[in-house]
Amino acid sequence: MAARGLQPGDVVAGFRLEEELPLAATAAFWRVSRAADDPPLLMKIPRLEHGANPINIVGFEAEQMILPKLSGPHVPRFMASGSLDSPYIVMELIVGESLRAQLAKLPLPAEAVASLGAKIASALHDIHRQEVIHLDLKPSNIILRTTGEVALIDFGFSRHLRLPDILAEEFPGPIGTGPYIAPEQLLGNRTDPRSDIFALGVILYFFVTGERPFGDPSGVREWRRRLYREPVPPRALRADCPAWLQELILRSLEVHPRERHATAAQLAFDLQHPQQVHITSRGKRTRRDGALSSVNRWIHLRRSLPSLRQTIARQLERSPIIMAAIDLSPGQEALGDAMRLAVREILHAHSDARLTCVNVLRLSRLAIDPWEDEQGRNLHSRRLAELQYWAKELPVPAHGITFHVFEAPNPAAALLDYARNNHVDHIVIGARASSPLRRYLGSISSQVVAEAPCTVTVVRATETAAS
Amino acid sequence: MRIALLSDVHANREALSACLAHAQACSVDRYIFLGDYVGYGADPGWAVDTVAAHIEAGAIAVLGNHDAAVVGSDSDLNDTARVAIAWTRTQLTPQQCDFLRALPLSAKRADSLFVHASAWAPEAWDYVTDARAASRSFDATQQRTTFCGHVHVPEIYHLSGTGKIASFTPIAGTAIPLTPQRRWLAILGAVGQPRDGIPAASYAILDEERTTLTYMRVPYDAAGAAAKVRAAGLPAVLSLRLLAGR
Repeated sequence: MAARGLQPGDVVAGFRLEEELPLAATAAFWRVSRAADDPPLLMKIPRLEHGANPINIVGFEAEQMILPKLSGPHVPRFMASGSLDSPYIVMELIVGESLRAQLAKLPLPAEAVASLGAKIASALHDIHRQEVIHLDLKPSNIILRTTGEVALIDFGFSRHLRLPDILAEEFPGPIGTGPYIAPEQLLGNRTDPRSDIFALGVILYFFVTGERPFGDPSGVREWRRRLYREPVPPRALRADCPAWLQELILRSLEVHPRERHATAAQLAFDLQHPQQVHITSRGKRTRRDGALSSVNRWIHLRRSLPSLRQTIARQLERSPIIMAAIDLSPGQEALGDAMRLAVREILHAHSDARLTCVNVLRLSRLAIDPWEDEQGRNLHSRRLAELQYWAKELPVPAHGITFHVFEAPNPAAALLDYARNNHVDHIVIGARASSPLRRYLGSISSQVVAEAPCTVTVVRATETAAS
Repeated sequence: MRIALLSDVHANREALSACLAHAQACSVDRYIFLGDYVGYGADPGWAVDTVAAHIEAGAIAVLGNHDAAVVGSDSDLNDTARVAIAWTRTQLTPQQCDFLRALPLSAKRADSLFVHASAWAPEAWDYVTDARAASRSFDATQQRTTFCGHVHVPEIYHLSGTGKIASFTPIAGTAIPLTPQRRWLAILGAVGQPRDGIPAASYAILDEERTTLTYMRVPYDAAGAAAKVRAAGLPAVLSLRLLAGR
């Protein structure tokens, strides 16, 4: 079936064509309808006529394999797909605006870029958890839903780690888009979720400076320049780019995947908590690194890639976000020690884990007068210091740990909200000794266990025989 | 329709029972057996009767090289296999032998071909262990998809529109879309004698509506099956490999 012969009103595989949408040159896109209760639908029909790029034909088949396996708000919902004589995919038509529409407004303020970046990173984490790597992340493949969430589209170059990689088998060269493709993709590795983090770094750089970090290279030879040449630091182009944002962008653009954030969730976390970003020389740089150190990095990357490949599937498992909810009340020292031991054991098992230590101040529901407000601030900073003291000896690098004290009338609900918003994988929480009153009222830890979106470890100090 | 595809039972009652129970729990509508019901294991009579009962109920079954050896010549087999075939001959009734003799070499259903070893000269029992052997099989049939066993190691070969053959080791529990743009040759693992280092029994479910194939791994009482092999006086290696999955 030739895509161009179709007219509005035609029916393809039970779907009525309503309107052709000029979305991309590689395929025809139609808004279609079937039943009255269906959400708005989009039909994608690849251009198979003579002269069509073969990579797009195989890419369409890859998308037919991958899209039905994805679910959640960050991808278009798959509806149907068709066969050899009339290939098509029908999916949810995402209501919203492509990020491409923002390109005319660049550069954007740092806060806006960070907030957008956090949404994109959350969407990436969601597909990575489903064992899919996008591998062609760019503004035109990101849609901001009218509800505010980000949806990723076009899985034609993507990789599902449990399915055959039909693209790599058909095409030996790198597969991606010039400005955004990650160094390891150029070397033939299509199994690393951190390739998407690199592409996100390119987008963040572009959005905050108005310029692409590696320009718009036209051939694979030019694409490879990013393997040995670092981008100009964003602050050299835009002095008001905060150091923390430059730190996150340049870390995402590291040539070696291991130097980037271990997971998109960890990057989303940093983008949402700028004041907690650990700033290294990366964030402060105002000039490019010397050529020699870049070359060294590139040699290092080449040497270590083969060994990396085997461990990639475990990447997400190794890199959880662990939240330790710590009770700092006097008299709970034994529980604090038991918590530290439990957290240490969990960190030991996950080499790239991220630890976030939180403490909730139970907020009085009464209005706060200025004196109490002052007291509150003091208490807040004292608690923060206590948290840092508690975690002092835990084996985590400085960029792998953050501290949060927040105030809430309902501590359990606040902890649960925090866990959901920050993609926490494992909550470690202390439970005070059991008592009839606590059993009657219900404890914070039991509410967290009942409603948590992830694994929860409840820690209790061993009771002494005398008590 | 959801079809359970079972290959290389090799007289392993424990493994076949576990796979049939698993398939039933997965609500399959039909069963297709891809040969080698006997040889190696201790329950050849039971295996043949079970397959025969499923055929009565609408299943399809094709002939395997061990089945053919029991009722014909075993000269193509190695020494260990020949010992097992000789023992198996003493265990089967004439009716069970007649059942094996009557099995077809291959069967077709819609655009699929079911054959024990390869679509290329099925009676030559070719081993599809590389792209060349896969290519011979693809060339020998018009059917879009071929399902076979014989190798005891799960693997999927696919042939693109431009003639490129690649292969993929399936991951248990993941539905693989058999896209219509290419041709597929799926090598099933063995129910009764896995050789990919995983002792759990292997079979697959073909979903015809969704055109997906899902490989399954089913843990079963391999120690029990191995003990029976030893008790039957069969070569010790046949019992050990059930435990190791090699």
